[in-house]
Amino acid sequence: MTEHIPDTVENAAATPEKEQPYQLLGLKPDEYDQIRAILGRRPTSGELAMYSVMWSEHCSYKSSKVHLRQFGEKVSPEMTKHLMVGMGENAGVVDIGEGWAVTFKIESHNHPSYIEPFQGAATGVGGIVRDIISMGARPVAVMDALRFGAIDHPDTARVVNGVVSGISFYGNCLGLPNIGGETWFDPVYQANPLVNALAVGALRHEDLHLANAKGVGNLVVLFGARTGGDGIGGASILASDTFAEGGPTKRPAVQVGDPFAEKVLIECCLELFAGDCVEGIQDLGAAGISCATSELASNGDGGMFITLDNVLLRDPTLTAEEILMSESQERMMAIVRPDKLDAFRAVTAKWDVEASVLGEVTDTGRLIIEWKGQTIVDVDPRTVAIDGPVYNRPMEYPTWLDALQADSPSKFARVTDGDELKQQFLAILGSPNEADTDWITNQYDYYVMGNTALHTPDGAGMIRIDEESGLGVALATDANGRYCQLDPYVGAQLALVEAYRNVASSGATPMAVSDCLNFGSPENPEVMWQFARAVEGLADGCLELGIPVTGGNVSFYNQTGDVPIHPTPVVAVLGSIDNVARRLPSGWQDDGENLYLLGVTHDELGGSAWAGAVHNHLGGVPPRIDFGAEKNVAGLLSAAAIEGLVTSATDLGTGGFLRAITDGVLRFGVGARIWIDEILERDGLDATAALFSETQARVIVSVAREDDVKFRGLCEGRNVPVLRVGVTDSTSNTLEVQGLFTIAITELSQIHRGTLPAHFGAVVGG
Amino acid sequence: MRVGVITFPGSLDDRDALRAIALGGGEPVALWHGERDLHGVDAIVLPGGFSYGDYLRCGAIAAHSPIMSEVIDAANKGMPVLGICNGFQILVEAHLLAGGLIRNDHGTFIRRDQKIRVENIDTAWTNKYTVGQEITIPLKNGEGGFIADDETLKQLEGDGLIAFRYLEVNPNGSRNDIAGLRNARGNVVGLMPHPEHAVEPGFGPDTAERMQSGVDGLAVFQSVLASTVLS
Repeated sequence: MTEHIPDTVENAAATPEKEQPYQLLGLKPDEYDQIRAILGRRPTSGELAMYSVMWSEHCSYKSSKVHLRQFGEKVSPEMTKHLMVGMGENAGVVDIGEGWAVTFKIESHNHPSYIEPFQGAATGVGGIVRDIISMGARPVAVMDALRFGAIDHPDTARVVNGVVSGISFYGNCLGLPNIGGETWFDPVYQANPLVNALAVGALRHEDLHLANAKGVGNLVVLFGARTGGDGIGGASILASDTFAEGGPTKRPAVQVGDPFAEKVLIECCLELFAGDCVEGIQDLGAAGISCATSELASNGDGGMFITLDNVLLRDPTLTAEEILMSESQERMMAIVRPDKLDAFRAVTAKWDVEASVLGEVTDTGRLIIEWKGQTIVDVDPRTVAIDGPVYNRPMEYPTWLDALQADSPSKFARVTDGDELKQQFLAILGSPNEADTDWITNQYDYYVMGNTALHTPDGAGMIRIDEESGLGVALATDANGRYCQLDPYVGAQLALVEAYRNVASSGATPMAVSDCLNFGSPENPEVMWQFARAVEGLADGCLELGIPVTGGNVSFYNQTGDVPIHPTPVVAVLGSIDNVARRLPSGWQDDGENLYLLGVTHDELGGSAWAGAVHNHLGGVPPRIDFGAEKNVAGLLSAAAIEGLVTSATDLGTGGFLRAITDGVLRFGVGARIWIDEILERDGLDATAALFSETQARVIVSVAREDDVKFRGLCEGRNVPVLRVGVTDSTSNTLEVQGLFTIAITELSQIHRGTLPAHFGAVVGG
Repeated sequence: MRVGVITFPGSLDDRDALRAIALGGGEPVALWHGERDLHGVDAIVLPGGFSYGDYLRCGAIAAHSPIMSEVIDAANKGMPVLGICNGFQILVEAHLLAGGLIRNDHGTFIRRDQKIRVENIDTAWTNKYTVGQEITIPLKNGEGGFIADDETLKQLEGDGLIAFRYLEVNPNGSRNDIAGLRNARGNVVGLMPHPEHAVEPGFGPDTAERMQSGVDGLAVFQSVLASTVLS
C-alpha cells in the first residue's frame, strides 16, 4: 500500500499548474476559477473537497437562494409573533405557549433512496432527526411524504419495499412515533422516487441552543460514530447529478445508517444540553466535517483550528480529503468550554459514545486544518459555507403548458346514472393515490412515547407535548404534483391550504410551515420557471394565511434522462392545540349525528382524482384558492373544537366530497346516509361535480343533535356556508347516497384497502 | 410499591413503562443498565426497545449487562419481573423464561392493535384479570415469533405456563399462538404485546365505544401491587 501524501497549502502555492479533478467533484470551470481567486492560489485537494461539497446545489442552494429570499421578505408581524428561530438555522423554532417551543423540518433524501432504497430512506430519517437535536429539542415524532413510480411497474415494489422498511427500521429503532404522511404513485417518479422525512421536537424555551462556534479557546469535539468511507461525495455527486441511463453505479456513495447509534446519540446530546456541558452542537449531515466546521466557524467567532489526525476512524486508510467529505452517519460536533470537558466526557462515557477533541475556536477569521503536522486547509470559512456561488438561472415559460391547460376534463361526458357514478367512485377509491396505505403505515410504530393523540389515517398527526396541561401540536404534509404540473404557483398554494386545512380539521390552530421543494434540473429553464412560480406561490400563500415558513430543503435534479418529475413542493404545516383531549378525528363514531358540509362547491375537476382515475387524464387548471374562505373555515373549526360542538372533521381534498365522506365512514366503520340535492341546487352543479369536484376550503363535520342549533349559529356568525348533507348511521353498515346508490362498508373497505397489498403483499391480519 | 424500569442503551418504551406504573398506582423508579444496584425496588420491568441495537440476537447482549445479574438473582428469589417485547426477549436470553423469539414469519415489522387472551392469572402481573379474559393491546415488533421445541412446548402447556395467547390473528408465526409466558413460580412474566401502551384513555387502542380509549393493559401494572409472590 502506498501512503497517501496530502496536498499542503505550501505545496499548492508552489504548484499552481497542477491539474485538479474539480469537474469530477461537480464544480464548473468558473466555480473553480472563483475558488482560485478567493484563495489567491489553487486550492489544496482538501480545500477542493470542501468547496466542492459545500458549493454543491444540495448544500449551497445556489440556484434557489434568489427565490427563497421571498420567504424572509413576504412576512407580516402576525407571522413572526411566535417565531423564536426562523429560516437559516438547522430547523425553525416556534413558541407554542406555556414555556414550550417546537422545532420541525422536512428534508429530502430522494437520490440515495433510488440507488439503495433501504439505506437511503433510513438515513433520511436519521439526518432530519439530528437537525432537531442540534436545536436542543427532544425529537417527539416523525412523518414521511413518499412518491413512487407506477404501482404496477416491475421496479416499483423494490423501491417501495426498501423505502418503507428503511423508514420503519430507522424510525422504530429510534423510538419516534410515525404519525402521518402521504404516498403517491405516478410514472414521473419511476426512476426518481421522493423520500421526504419530517421530524418534530419539543423543548422548553430556556433549552434553545444554536449551533455556532463562539468563545476563543473553546474546544471543537467530534462525537458519535466513527468516521468511515461511506457517503463520500454523496452530497455533491449524488444529489447534484441526474441519473443518466447506463451510467456507472453509484452505490458506494450512499450512507449506511445505524439507528441504535443515533438513539444513544439523542439521549447523550439531551443529557449534554441538560447538564450545560456544551455551548452548541451541530449535526453532521451532507458534507460531514467540511460542513460542520465551516458552518460552525461562520456562525461564530469566525475562526477554527482543527487537527484532522484526531478524527476517530473506522477505516485507518482514509485520506484527509475523504475524512473531510465523509458522510458517515450518527456523528455530531460540539463546542465545549475547556473547563467543561471532563463533564462532557463523563456524559459521553455513560452512553458509551466515543468523542475526540479536534481543535479549538479562534478569532483568526480562518478555518485551518492540519493533517500529519502540515496545513492542508487554510480558508475563510464564510467563503465555504455562506458566500458560495449564487445563480440567477434562466427561466422559460414551458412551451407545452398552454396546451395542457387548454385540455380541460370538461370534454368528458358526465354520467348521471347512480350505478355508473358508483363505478366511477369505486375506481377513484381503489386508485393507487387514493387507496389506503395501511400496508405501509402498519410497519410504523405510532404508540411509542405514549403521547400520540392522532395518527394515520387521520388527516393530521397530533402529539401531546405537556402531559399535565395537554398542550400539543398537530402536523400535516401535502403536495399534489398533478396540480403543480398544471400550475406551479397555484399548485404550491394548494399544497399549503390542504395541509393548513388538515391541521385545522384536527382542532389545532395552524402556526408555521416547513417545505421540501422537489423539482427537476435547475439547468432546464422550464423547470426553473416552475420552481420560481412555486416558491412565489408558497410565499404569497403564507403571507395570506399569516403563517411563516421556518425552514426546509430544496431538492433539484429529480428527473431521469430529460424528463423532470412533476413539480412537487411538499408543504408541512404545524399547528398548536391547548389540550389534545379536544382533538377532532377524521371520522364519526356515533349514530344519528348530523353531517354538515362547510364551504361551497364549484365544478373544478382539472387535475382531479376523478380525471386521473376515471379518465387517465391530466389537463386543465387546478381548483382556485380563496384564502379568506380557508381562514374562515379554520377559525370555525378551532372555535367548534374548543366549544365541543363537532365530533369529527374530515377535510375535502383529492377525490372530493364522496371521498371525504368515505374517509369518515371507514375511520371507525360507522355508516352514513347522504343526500346531495341541496348541493346541486345551491351551487348549480351536476352529480359528478357535487361528488368529485376538488373545490378547496371545504370540510365535513359531524355534529351531535343536541349541539345542532349552537353549531348552525356558529356558522352563521362566522359567515361560513353550511349545508346539512347527511346523518351518521351505525346500524345499516352501509354508505347510502340517496337516490343514487348504496354500498356496504365491507365492500368500501375491501376496495380501499386492497390496492397496495395486491402489489406488495398481504397486510398482516388482513 | 416501588417498581423499577431498567433503561438499556436502545430502550425505547422505558418512559411509557414508568408512566404506566404510576397510572397503575405504583411508584416508578428509573434504573440504569450499567449499575449493579436495584435501588431497593420491589418489582422490575424490562421495557421494549432495541437494547444494544439488537445486535447478535434481540436481547442477547442486554441479558449480560451488569444489572441483569442482580435481576436474575432477585427473580430467582421471587421478585416480580415483567419483560415487555424486547424485555421478553431479554428474559428468554437470560433463561428466566423458556423458548426463543425469532423474526416474524412474514418478514416485516408489524404494528397492530392485537387481541389476546389472558391464559393464566396466578402470576404477579396478571392477577387482576380473569381467566380467559380477552383484551386488546398494541403489538409492535419485527422479531416476535415464539419458538420452542415440541417437548418444551408440551411442558409449557402442561404446566400452565402460557400467560397470554394471540386471538384471531397470529401476527408473527408464534408456535401455539403464544404471546406471553410465565415462569413456574409466577413472579416472572414476559410478553410481546405492549400493555404499557394501553393504560391512559385517549392514547391507547381504539375500542368499540371510543377512539383510543383502550386501557386493557393497566391491570398488568395494578396486578403487581396486589402481588403475593414478593420476595
